[in-house]
Amino acid sequence: MYLLTVATLVAIYAILTLGLNTVTGLAGQISLGHAAFFGVGAYTTAILTVRHGWSFWPALLAAVAASAAVGALVGAAAIRVRDDFLAITTMGVNFVLVSVFLYFPFFGGALGIGGIPGPRLLGQEVAKPGFLALTIGGVVLALAVNLWLGRSWAGLALQALREDEDAARAAAVDVRKFKILAFTIGTGLAGLAGAFYASFLTFISAGDFGFPFSITVLCMLVFGGIGTNRGAVAGAIVLGAAPELFRFLADYRMLTYGALLVLLVRFQPAGLLGDDSAIWRRLRGARAA
Amino acid sequence: MIVQQLVNGLTVGSLYALMALGLTMVYGVLRVLHVAHAAVFTLGAYGGLWTFTLTGSFWLALLGAMAVAVAAGLAMERWVYWPLLAKPTVATLIASIGVFVGLEEVYRLVAGPEPHAFRVTLRINDVRIAGVLVTAPQVLVIAVTVALLAALWLFLTRTSLGLALRAVSQDREIAAACAMNVRRIVSLNFALGSALAGAAGMLVGVYYNSVSPTMGDVTAYKGLAIIVLGGLGSVPGTVVGALLIGILETAFIGFVEFPFPRDAWAFLAMIVVFLLRPQGLLGR
Repeated sequence: MYLLTVATLVAIYAILTLGLNTVTGLAGQISLGHAAFFGVGAYTTAILTVRHGWSFWPALLAAVAASAAVGALVGAAAIRVRDDFLAITTMGVNFVLVSVFLYFPFFGGALGIGGIPGPRLLGQEVAKPGFLALTIGGVVLALAVNLWLGRSWAGLALQALREDEDAARAAAVDVRKFKILAFTIGTGLAGLAGAFYASFLTFISAGDFGFPFSITVLCMLVFGGIGTNRGAVAGAIVLGAAPELFRFLADYRMLTYGALLVLLVRFQPAGLLGDDSAIWRRLRGARAA
Repeated sequence: MIVQQLVNGLTVGSLYALMALGLTMVYGVLRVLHVAHAAVFTLGAYGGLWTFTLTGSFWLALLGAMAVAVAAGLAMERWVYWPLLAKPTVATLIASIGVFVGLEEVYRLVAGPEPHAFRVTLRINDVRIAGVLVTAPQVLVIAVTVALLAALWLFLTRTSLGLALRAVSQDREIAAACAMNVRRIVSLNFALGSALAGAAGMLVGVYYNSVSPTMGDVTAYKGLAIIVLGGLGSVPGTVVGALLIGILETAFIGFVEFPFPRDAWAFLAMIVVFLLRPQGLLGR
């Protein structure tokens, strides 16, 4: 049972990391507020199911839509702000949304929202193994979206945007449109993860969606290998499971993540499985030989 | 009543200014956002508290706070920022955040998650001018801030080292070509900024009578918002921005019923500046 819980949470992290990879890895728009969009999805699900009696599925769609809408707004802000400033803006979005969740009674205030129902399928409550299958379905969906995006013209435009925004603009890439697109898709995936999270834990509060969690997700992505989908999933699995499986690590979680970020950026910027990482090069070499 | 709120706002604003100046100075010379500055700020608070418990002297504690902050700032400059200078700014930013969250965890593990009280008996009295009450801690905060800012201003404008520092922040390469030791000036810059942040940390601890591992969280983002508001790299702009945010926050808490979160004002001000005046209030 415990392992099932950990696996489900890891799958939720993987959806989140894939979403961040769309924004930061593929389009190169740094976001330090991914947890906020995760929160928008979770709160949308919680409020619609608990207060308005919606069932899980329509609430899930609403959660994705709500997160994507907020994400599109931030993407619109990203048109005017670049690089570092975008990072501060998204960090600010995170702080503001968390304080909104915390101080407004509409969002349950400091007490959070409890009693969130789980999904029902064919008239039956989905049990834990079923829920794991569902979240893995979510991971596959997120992967499919990212793969499709990576191979489409839009993906090419996003990569151009990442490599050199001015050059992309000069080559007639509609930078504004694609920035908003990247944010909409990435944050929509965060909303999906949020919906799963809320109904899986049945209780949410503002503290779950703070800035440290945004950093955790970023760390998973950088650790796995930023810019690649395999890296996003691998990072979520390794860093998501490690503190659960090795309890002594849980107490030093943020310390580990912080140290990892510094060391990775300095010595292995491609992370574990990025295109230029030591491990991936070796794997490719073995295959080619 | 309005004047009273103004005094409260100015006090909070001076604390912000002390904290944000280091950020702006580091941005000035390296063009990186020094998120870990907030960890330096928190360390200053702990360093001050520790020195105060040992010696019982406020002024020694202030020195202690600034000393540990300088040591931390220099260590970061040497082992994190300088080696990453050639990498894209995003890499530096990520590393900086890594340092920040990692250090916060260290504070929590070493000093415990609970806030520590920082009770200082001051030998100054509350001041009352024409019905406006300025409490003793407020007098202290404003006096120390004014003294430190004046010292910084004199240093930057009246000494040749200050001139060199301004030159490096205008153009690092040209400054190097003019035979300035850029590396040492960047270190000096980190040292000065960190000293101010250490003092700010300790003063915040005294003013709110509380020192905790996460006290740098909101400060981290608010400091960034303030330097954007003031115009990045502009020292006077940062002071104006900080005072403005301090006054804005206290004014709205005093007069507006609408439960807009206090910490959101800095963010709102930043967004408005982004949209209307991207170079900041006093930016070039």
